[in-house]
Amino acid sequence: MIKYKQPLAVLSLALVASFCLTDMSVMAQEAEATPLGVNAATDTVFILNSLLFLVGGFLVFWMAAGFAMLEGGLVRSKNVTMQMTKNIALFSLAAIFYYLIGYNLMYPLGNWSVGSDETGGYLGILFAPAVLEAVGITAEAADDYGYASTGSDFFFQLMFCATTASIVSGTLAERIKLWPFLVFTIILTAFIYPIQASWKWGGGFLDSQYGFLDFAGSTVVHSVGGWAALVGAIILGPRIGKYAKDGKVIPIMGSNLQMATLGTFILWLGWFGFNGGSQLAMGTVGDVADVSRIFANTNTAAAGGAIAALILTQILYKKVDLTMVLNGALAGLVSITAEPLTPTLGAATLIGAVGGVIVVFAVPLLDKLKIDDVVGAIPVHLFAGIWGTLAVVLTNSDATIGGQVISIVIVGAFVIVTSAIVWFILKGVMGLRVSEEAEIQGLDMAELGMEAYPEFTKG
Amino acid sequence: MKLIIATIKPFKLEEVREALTSIGVRGMMVTEIKGFGSQSGHTEIYRGAEYAVNFVPKVKLEIVVPDAMAEQVVTTIGTTAKTDKIGDGKIFVLDVESALRVRTGETNDDAL
Repeated sequence: MIKYKQPLAVLSLALVASFCLTDMSVMAQEAEATPLGVNAATDTVFILNSLLFLVGGFLVFWMAAGFAMLEGGLVRSKNVTMQMTKNIALFSLAAIFYYLIGYNLMYPLGNWSVGSDETGGYLGILFAPAVLEAVGITAEAADDYGYASTGSDFFFQLMFCATTASIVSGTLAERIKLWPFLVFTIILTAFIYPIQASWKWGGGFLDSQYGFLDFAGSTVVHSVGGWAALVGAIILGPRIGKYAKDGKVIPIMGSNLQMATLGTFILWLGWFGFNGGSQLAMGTVGDVADVSRIFANTNTAAAGGAIAALILTQILYKKVDLTMVLNGALAGLVSITAEPLTPTLGAATLIGAVGGVIVVFAVPLLDKLKIDDVVGAIPVHLFAGIWGTLAVVLTNSDATIGGQVISIVIVGAFVIVTSAIVWFILKGVMGLRVSEEAEIQGLDMAELGMEAYPEFTKG
Repeated sequence: MKLIIATIKPFKLEEVREALTSIGVRGMMVTEIKGFGSQSGHTEIYRGAEYAVNFVPKVKLEIVVPDAMAEQVVTTIGTTAKTDKIGDGKIFVLDVESALRVRTGETNDDAL
């Protein structure tokens, strides 16, 4: 029965592929449509833009819950309390350090850099904490009346920074000590993420000189988290028992695949805010239409990634692997993040599907290299992030392959070097790994003295 | 007294319990176990890595009955748990030295 089905599956994939490719060429012409005018009052535009940031922001916030559930489901039950602890702690640290340092480091250019004009900061302009508009402002007192409220922008941008940090925790699960991990989170959210993000989104050199296009952050957010996770995983080493002496990979099953699935759906939901909000404006007919396009494209890319992994694992392994399907959906989302606007639905589906394929091949590849990535965050966020960044050129004629590649390389090199330095310092000063005994016992009891499922063992 | 240890397929547990109570068995101990016999194991793939499933889930029954009942109990379990497919399980019979009912202090056959 399976043998009969597989050729059909391959055929249908090929059909979808050819359909989507035809779509793409039509697409390039559509992108040059006439710009749409502004007909709403300035107040209304201000309100709608701010509203987009706020709704987008709380959707992206919810991705933190998605990461927590996904990671909790894919670690063993003896490490679940620790994984939840890391997730809520890293999000909270990101919130505080992005406020204190990161936000103004990311937007160093004056008007749109909150606080630097008004306060002067406490360590010169680079280290100014974010400052919001006063209570109950009038139009004249708004920082940028023609655009959106400062609070909404800060709130929205903060969530992206926290997402970057969330990516790292899954890869390094089940063996890294709590406090060195949290110190890394601080450096990542206060410095590494904001500095490289300013190169693109702060109007820096990747944006102005290389014409780098990264709509919502396949590179700026996802691959940055992925690089930091990759470097951390190499320095930290694999979990005890993951690789046998003869090089054989020994699977370590997740504790709760319902939770992992819920986490994936939560991330999928949050991604509408992640990509849709990154339109950064909702005050014109054109902007709202674009946001709608982005929602639909984001959704279909996730579906494409999931179905690609579904079919591919059936073909390769004779049985579908749910964890790969979940990773596939997320890879589809990461793939479309660099350009969720210009693709047609067909092209977006295909771009997401390629992400799903990448994951299915990249997970065993990392295992061959003995890089232990507990939740598959490196294939999902780094590899699919690179693919998504390159895929921009397929549907957006403003992007150049050179500009995309050089930006991927520069951001990658920066994150590899800075995160390696931080990981090595932390390894030297605090030590990164828990003891062998603690790892075998489980981090929940060894480091926290609290089990996630006490009734399973104590009755 | 005899101790009858039977390993059976988990989905047969309820059917076996009903059959045994209908012939007068008044108690049993049940444990979820894993093991292997001639059914042996098989391989699966998780995230691209093959692994062996060496132990398959079974349910273990432990029943102590008077000598006279032992054969009937074994036959009942044997016929009820049978599916004719590999992995139906095994039944062992052991001698039991003594028994005591904690609440009343009754011993041996009276305690069963």
